[in-house]
Amino acid sequence: MAHSYTPGLKVTENTIVRKERRLPLKGDVSAKKGDVIKADDIIARTELPGDVERLNFAGKLGVSGKEVFDYLKIEIGKEVKKDDIIAESKGFFGLFKTQIKSPIDGTIEALSEVTGMMTMRKPPLPVEVDGYINGVCVEVIENEGIIVESPATFIQGIFGIGGETKGIVKMVAQSPDYTMTIDDISDELIGKIIVGGSIITADVLNKCVEKGVIGVIVGGIDDKDLKDFLNEEIGVAITGNEEKGITLIITEGFGEMAMAKKTFNILKNNEGKIASINGATQIRAGVLRPELIVTHDDEIKSTGQRMVSEEEHEGMGIGSVVRIIREPEFGNIGKVSALPSPLQKIETEAMVRVLEVEFPDGRKILLPRANVELIEE
Amino acid sequence: MKDKNNILRIIATDCGSTTTKAILIEKREGEYRLIVRGEAPTTVEAPYEDVTKGVLNAIKEVEELSEVIILDGDKILKRENNTDKDGVDVYISTSSAGGGLQMMVAGVVDRMSAESAARAALGAGAIVMDVIASNDKRMDHERIKRIRTLRPDMVLLSGGTDGGTKKHVVQLAEIIEAADPKPRFGSTYNLPIIYAGNKDARENVKESLDDKTDLYIVDNLRPTLESENLLPARDKIHDLFMEHVMAQAPGYKKLMEMTDVPIMPTPGAVGLLIETIAKRDNIEVLGVDIGGATTDIFSVFQLAFNRTVSANLGMSYSVSNVVKATGLKNITRWVPFETNEKDLRNRIRNKMIRPTTIPSTLEELQIEQAIAREALRLALEHHKAMAVGLKGVQTERTISDAFEQTSSGETLVNMETLNLVVGSGGVLSHAPRRVQAAMMAIDAFLPEGITMLAVDSIFMMPQLGVLSTVHDSAAAEVFSKDCLLKLGMCIAPMGKGKPGQEALKITIGEKVYTFNYGDIEFLDDIKSSERVRAILKPAKNLDIGNGKGKEMEIELEGGLVGVIVDTRGRRPFNLPENDSERIANLKRWYKSLNLYPEY
Repeated sequence: MAHSYTPGLKVTENTIVRKERRLPLKGDVSAKKGDVIKADDIIARTELPGDVERLNFAGKLGVSGKEVFDYLKIEIGKEVKKDDIIAESKGFFGLFKTQIKSPIDGTIEALSEVTGMMTMRKPPLPVEVDGYINGVCVEVIENEGIIVESPATFIQGIFGIGGETKGIVKMVAQSPDYTMTIDDISDELIGKIIVGGSIITADVLNKCVEKGVIGVIVGGIDDKDLKDFLNEEIGVAITGNEEKGITLIITEGFGEMAMAKKTFNILKNNEGKIASINGATQIRAGVLRPELIVTHDDEIKSTGQRMVSEEEHEGMGIGSVVRIIREPEFGNIGKVSALPSPLQKIETEAMVRVLEVEFPDGRKILLPRANVELIEE
Repeated sequence: MKDKNNILRIIATDCGSTTTKAILIEKREGEYRLIVRGEAPTTVEAPYEDVTKGVLNAIKEVEELSEVIILDGDKILKRENNTDKDGVDVYISTSSAGGGLQMMVAGVVDRMSAESAARAALGAGAIVMDVIASNDKRMDHERIKRIRTLRPDMVLLSGGTDGGTKKHVVQLAEIIEAADPKPRFGSTYNLPIIYAGNKDARENVKESLDDKTDLYIVDNLRPTLESENLLPARDKIHDLFMEHVMAQAPGYKKLMEMTDVPIMPTPGAVGLLIETIAKRDNIEVLGVDIGGATTDIFSVFQLAFNRTVSANLGMSYSVSNVVKATGLKNITRWVPFETNEKDLRNRIRNKMIRPTTIPSTLEELQIEQAIAREALRLALEHHKAMAVGLKGVQTERTISDAFEQTSSGETLVNMETLNLVVGSGGVLSHAPRRVQAAMMAIDAFLPEGITMLAVDSIFMMPQLGVLSTVHDSAAAEVFSKDCLLKLGMCIAPMGKGKPGQEALKITIGEKVYTFNYGDIEFLDDIKSSERVRAILKPAKNLDIGNGKGKEMEIELEGGLVGVIVDTRGRRPFNLPENDSERIANLKRWYKSLNLYPEY
């Protein structure tokens, strides 16, 4: 049977993190199995085919497609520089010649007798992939990349924007329910990954960008503020390519929500350390959540073997700590006090599997199992 | 495979992106019926990476529930003799796991060959990622970049009538050649490209694409301006879906060996079923499947089948995109209480990032059903724009019609002649009260005249679609007896009136029922599945299908919900702009239909 609850996001001080570092196309992988990798090391590189330029060759010369090869001055497949003459008409008695100059540096890829069009390609674009985290290369994916592994602190957020970046963790909030203000964002935060408390506004985010903060981790954000900050509305939950100069990781959800104590405390314990973060989120197929990783560099050693994580994933039981992830009581944390198995009718009249949650003040409520997530203690 | 007459038991699966569903159909007392249904999580993704594991788990559940042995280890147990107690005669499957079939289409003119190509791809069950056309106002390098970044499963290239000019379609082939596109699943094989354009350009297209791609040539899908021939392209798409796309997905090779007929893309199978039913009953049908990420609409109007996928309109992953596309105001107009914009936006976003949660309060349910109305409405708008033009493969049009299409793009979708709406997808099929599904369909689609509303009980249309290819009568029997849940007819006069004024009189035998403009109510006394003759007499400014003020005698049919008389107006249907008036109206309508427990 499918899980009847949402498995919690991973928030742990000690785990084994494995990251696949892959080129977009096949290329050269420089790292070898067993190599100790630094986050900034280039581990693979390739060249993406250059952009294509199409030229109305026959049209410019005023000839039919069938005649184009008569005028071509440079062989197909040869390199050309911008403004090189690639074709020339015969003109009248050697006068009034029409010349075609190359619009780009690149190569002539094809010329069609049917359409009279020339296809030219710009020089290839180099692409490099770095290690992203410190660790050991435990597997080489031939011509494509590697898998790097490391003992680390690992925090998954629920939603993020912006791509990979690395920097030092700095606590701005002193408590999980603190709300950051513009005045909190000082010059000394340049290049830092800052930790806020419950919510961030578009104004504060803009100030972060202005001051050179590279990453923000915070409990919540209002959708309206996210829209204002991005200048657009996110339609589908696929993020990571926003180019705002900052990576944002939301740990709890949309709206004002104190960061979970456990997440906050782990971040606090890692203040001053270098973290790798990525805001990329993709909820459909594969489920990619934003993340923060602080590698335990003193424990990294090359054994050539994969390490085994000691965690156990237990199901939900009486006493499990859960967070409510839908209204009402959204964001509140409690303990499971009963797990009745028959389907029960809820307020909407839907018949669903439910559980009983007891809050710290002793109050108990029944709610659908689908509306809680497990907090791994 | 066995002779049709000897088929007693059929097992069918549908491998969705999250759940694999299995159904067992058996012939009992001379008719085919659904016996049990089982499901299990789909196992295409890591750590399993083998779709057959989920399939076997779903079938195991069917085994347990039915007490029939269907599996022999990892194999389907077949009935050798008619006396065998266990085993099945046929195993069939559909699949939309791994993102389904994602295609890119190209054609010379966006409203002609490119549009026909898109129709062929959609009809085959694909998601069309982009349509490239010579007149799409993009520069060549932009088109090339797009092709390269999208990484479709296959490309359908069309353009030019047979014997006509070849230049433009060859130009498109050159653009594809320059893009050197790579398929979505790895780089170990060449991207399949189907050429269905001007037959005279085949050699030129081969020159461009034969080396770099896996090129297939089929008959031109637009051989002349006034005819469309989509079937060869559609069939080739199905073949390639099997050979290339599915064969690359984890475990599918094994699954393909298990099934008795080729695996079909899920929406392709649903389309096939809707088409079969429309033809069999000679009716016009609109089918809708609203999921978490996408909304599919299938229709048969004037014998022409059309399908569209609104790739980013859905109830969970894509829920925020519904808000983006329609605006928050259009959603809140269906909500019978005051809402706070900031709070509502956050609620919707939280549904997007935690898609498996369900509404647990009445307010949350009402918001979700309001979003569903808008997702369905937008998906129908999209469908109307796509389902245009040619009236089926067999029906030819004159050249002037073809040009009319390019200028007006007149839709085939006609809510007045529509006979049946079939809804499926969680928000419709699992609405706590069936009347809520009926009301969502009415508000979103605004059916006109007389229309039967139904839901697919457990979404088994995909399996029945494939079944229709091997045993059409078994598929039809199960569809009408176990799959289709009739909710009841909706009677909606067209035209505008004054609130409170008499809009419609319905006479059944001695009894006369009167309905006023601005209301929506049940026609009492028609019980579930009861059919009664009735005379409908609209007010002089309203039309029930025979013209303004003209009466109509018709057989009315009830269902699980009953016959709903919607005299709130059509063409236009308007909700009051004023919030308190709007909320009062919604509350009155919801109370009248007993839509929610609190009214």
